Amino acid sequence: MARKDLLDISSLDREEIEHLLDQSIPFKELFTRSVKKVPALKGKSVLMLFYEPSTRTHSSFEVAAKRLSADVTNFDVAHSSITKGESVRETVETLQAMRTDYIIVRHGRSGLPGMIAKQTKACVINAGDGAHAHPTQALLDAFTIKEKFPDPVGKKVLIVGDILHSRVARSTSTILKKLGVDVAYLGPGSLVPRSGPENIRRFTDYKEAMAWSPDVVYLLRVQMERQDAQYFPSLREYHKLYGITDARLAEIRQRGLYLMHPGPVNRGVELCDAVMDYERCLINDQVENGIAVRMAVLYWLKPESIIS
Amino acid sequence: MEQILTAEDIAAGVERLAQAIRAKHSGHPIALVGIRSRGDEVAERVLTLLSEEDWDLAFGVLDISLYRDDFEHLHENPSLQESDIAFPVDGAHIILVDDVLFTGRTIRAALDALSDYGRPAKVELAVLIDRGHREMPIQPDYVGIVLDTRRQDRVDVSLEGCDGKDQVQIVKKEIP
Repeated sequence: MARKDLLDISSLDREEIEHLLDQSIPFKELFTRSVKKVPALKGKSVLMLFYEPSTRTHSSFEVAAKRLSADVTNFDVAHSSITKGESVRETVETLQAMRTDYIIVRHGRSGLPGMIAKQTKACVINAGDGAHAHPTQALLDAFTIKEKFPDPVGKKVLIVGDILHSRVARSTSTILKKLGVDVAYLGPGSLVPRSGPENIRRFTDYKEAMAWSPDVVYLLRVQMERQDAQYFPSLREYHKLYGITDARLAEIRQRGLYLMHPGPVNRGVELCDAVMDYERCLINDQVENGIAVRMAVLYWLKPESIIS
Repeated sequence: MEQILTAEDIAAGVERLAQAIRAKHSGHPIALVGIRSRGDEVAERVLTLLSEEDWDLAFGVLDISLYRDDFEHLHENPSLQESDIAFPVDGAHIILVDDVLFTGRTIRAALDALSDYGRPAKVELAVLIDRGHREMPIQPDYVGIVLDTRRQDRVDVSLEGCDGKDQVQIVKKEIP
């Protein structure tokens, strides 16, 4: 069954998730051709509505849409009337009048993409809203893990960092659990919520977390803009306690663990320079897979008038 | 539902395709490209018959879902499978293979898909069944079986690999 919008992972059932992950494989295969473009969304328009800065997600969606032959328009928020006080609702009405087919939204407020989805006939994809959800990131993470572990049931993924403010942690742990993966969190006590999803282990000590023997270590980005809030003493301290230092990388290499990070990385904070050359570092795979997964999502969504 | 072709009929159709291709191209390098799903199985069978001889034959599989012209009308887009064209398409002599030729739209899509892999020297078309009712100027070079059908009827091809058995049925439909 097709859907109109993709707003979060928790509303997808396992079958839908498996479908999207399976469908991403033939899209990825296209990247090896000399012509990487297919005509599936020819004549469709995709509008990028990013209220928060983003380079990676933004360009990944743009490449995905263009490889499907859709036309992409950037609604440049910084230079638009939004700065003149136009409300999101008015903006959406404008977009509705433009008869755009897909709207890709990023916003600092949780739930805003869902609100837009209700107001428009266009298919809406959440590209990250506050600390709520980032469903395409979760799909690309799951896809990347499944490439290495085709049957991921019972595999262990350790998510490290600022769990509290991270929509990546939320969406990615939700999808992994739906796929039967064991998830644990590691981070400073102030950044690992005590409440929240059950049967997720919580560690504050790196050694204890490694004793749990994860298969994948997933590093979250330290959000520099939250530095003032004093969740941890300093970046150096963070690197010492939770970062992948040269010594820890040696242990990770010896154990053959995979490393992931949603980007962009802060070198010397979440990880040392040498990680980027580590043979089981999947950060570049994540970038490539992100395009394939986003193509699969665009191809899957259908307007309400067609579904019913 | 009426069964109109048996496993023997299908085998004879595949044999006819192989014979005609052999008669025309024996010894010259060609590539068989089957269109998913079932065209790939027909292509595999033809290949098996041909590859008994010392002959440079390549094989590929094409999924044309992304090249269809009817997305607007589908409740759900068709599921994709991987295409697998491992040989260089530039300059190749390709025979596209499908199970049923009907409106010709699938072949139109397949030609578009193929051209995104390169520029073949020549493309021919082999179909197990030609049921008529073209909507595009596309004609086969090799035909296994010609079936006389009405436009509104459905031709259901089952093949061992995809469906567990070889048979062809016609589902008669009346125009309301």
